[in-house]
Amino acid sequence: MSQGIETPTGKSAFVFSEDFTRYKFAEDHPFNPKRLVMTLELIKQLGLLEEQHLFQPAPATDEDLLRVHDSRYLDAVKRASLPTADPDHFAAWGLGTEDTPIFPGMHDASSLICGGTKLAAELVMSGQYQHALNMAGGLHHAHRAQASGFCVYNDIAVAIAHVREKYDARVVYIDTDAHHGDGVQWLFYEDPNVLTISFHETGKYLYPGTGELTERGEGRGYGYSLNVPLEAFTEDDSWMQAVRDVLVPVLNAFQPDLILHQNGCDAHRFDPLTHLAATTRIYRDMPKLTHQLAHELCEGRWVGVGGGGYDIWRVVPRAWTMLWAEILDAELPEKVPTDWLERWQVQAPFELPTTFLDPVDLFAPIPRRTEITEKNEITVRRALNGTPFLF
Amino acid sequence: MLVESIMTPDVLSVSPDATVQEALEITKKHRIRHLPVLLGGKLTGLISDRDLRDAAHAPETRVEQWMVRDVITCHPLDFVEDAAATIYRNRVGCLPVVSKGQVVGIVSERDILNNLVEMMGVNSPTTRVEVEVPDKPGMLAEIADLLRARRLNASTVMVFPSTTEGYKTLVFRVGTMDPRRFIHDIQNAGYSVVQHPSALDDGEV
Repeated sequence: MSQGIETPTGKSAFVFSEDFTRYKFAEDHPFNPKRLVMTLELIKQLGLLEEQHLFQPAPATDEDLLRVHDSRYLDAVKRASLPTADPDHFAAWGLGTEDTPIFPGMHDASSLICGGTKLAAELVMSGQYQHALNMAGGLHHAHRAQASGFCVYNDIAVAIAHVREKYDARVVYIDTDAHHGDGVQWLFYEDPNVLTISFHETGKYLYPGTGELTERGEGRGYGYSLNVPLEAFTEDDSWMQAVRDVLVPVLNAFQPDLILHQNGCDAHRFDPLTHLAATTRIYRDMPKLTHQLAHELCEGRWVGVGGGGYDIWRVVPRAWTMLWAEILDAELPEKVPTDWLERWQVQAPFELPTTFLDPVDLFAPIPRRTEITEKNEITVRRALNGTPFLF
Repeated sequence: MLVESIMTPDVLSVSPDATVQEALEITKKHRIRHLPVLLGGKLTGLISDRDLRDAAHAPETRVEQWMVRDVITCHPLDFVEDAAATIYRNRVGCLPVVSKGQVVGIVSERDILNNLVEMMGVNSPTTRVEVEVPDKPGMLAEIADLLRARRLNASTVMVFPSTTEGYKTLVFRVGTMDPRRFIHDIQNAGYSVVQHPSALDDGEV
């Protein structure tokens, strides 16, 4: 990429729009934008958001979207966004299903999120800001011509394609959502300049089923897709060990110009859709690690997006507040502010946790911890052994 | 699925007069393990890389001297599972595919395993749901009805004998990220969904 990046004028950017909450399928759908509202309030309550951090995105243009999506798919999404659309007409595009129902304004809501992640990447690559966050982003399951797993357009791929074209940057994409980051992986499967690394629960029992060790990229991109499928019921220590043992050597060897980290927080024990057993500890430690690597390897250029997270009460607000605090380099108090707890406890179906980090003894240890840890260590070794550019 | 759809159609072969050295070179160059031996287009034997290694001390001898003569073969219209059973029972590594007296292909252990891997693999984004049902008629339809009611699409369905006597295991790969309601429907209908082996206890995951 080109030399002479200017010194950042600002440090951390928070990309947000009230209209992000329009990306909503149905009242009882697990992908619930209320989590954004709750998280934003928590961040504000802690005094961690000022006018200078805030950026309003514009929707991604058709040109932006067409870098990664099929034009016929775009047309289908636009037609499905009309109030008169018949859900049965869109099955071939993965739309109108129980997972990804159609809703009026779907195209606008989805392209606004893509615009948000593109803006976050642009702010960082242009040197205006060092780090940026779009917590509405992270829709990693969307494919070139198919909606999948609650994702219509792939905001991450749109942002990566933008920085590839404008800056010729080498991008590392890190996906620590509990589900395999399949959409992003397949979209850059043959590109040696986009290294995708996904840590996830193995596909044996979890959507989308892919993300095997053997998926390593194709053609010139061989070796530039990395998968670390971890066992169901993996806990904090084994998860963090896998993340560290892979990211440190691999990123050092790859030498990225930009780190883009997807922070889905559905590996938590409370998450209703997955079978992992982590606590909020990993949502403090993972951004800390990718933040540090960004400073060591690419002058701090680091973009964060959200992703999955289906316990919107007990997990998402704390996890993503910790993420923004890390991006800001701000200290968090030990306890979640009482005002926020009182405001949301009334609506919550569960008792809300009062500390950012889950108490150490919150969950009983998983009986097969030793075997799970051993299996994960073997998986990490095999993932590293098959990464050609490491050796 | 039929043998003709998974076999290798362009078969490399040797004549019985070929030398061991010549045959060895073919197997090395093309990285293959088995060479049918043909005389006037008819199959007269089969020689494997193992036979050839045994004969390597006599590189100028003829293949005919070392080949297996009673070759087990199959037909292009045989089912893949029958070919698999033949390979397994006779402990051989491949079957030449013979039709009208001519060798039209060859199918190896690898081809069959590859076919199985593809059949059992994940070809679209799906969640795996495993159900135990009584071993009696109508059970698959029962569960399939629940899928239809939830507008869910299955990409693969497998039926296995269960480890519990009198039961069968149905494995669905379903195109949804959130199988909770489907699982709930199955349990409500009185069937049990097989939990992950590391699960602490039923339901709590």
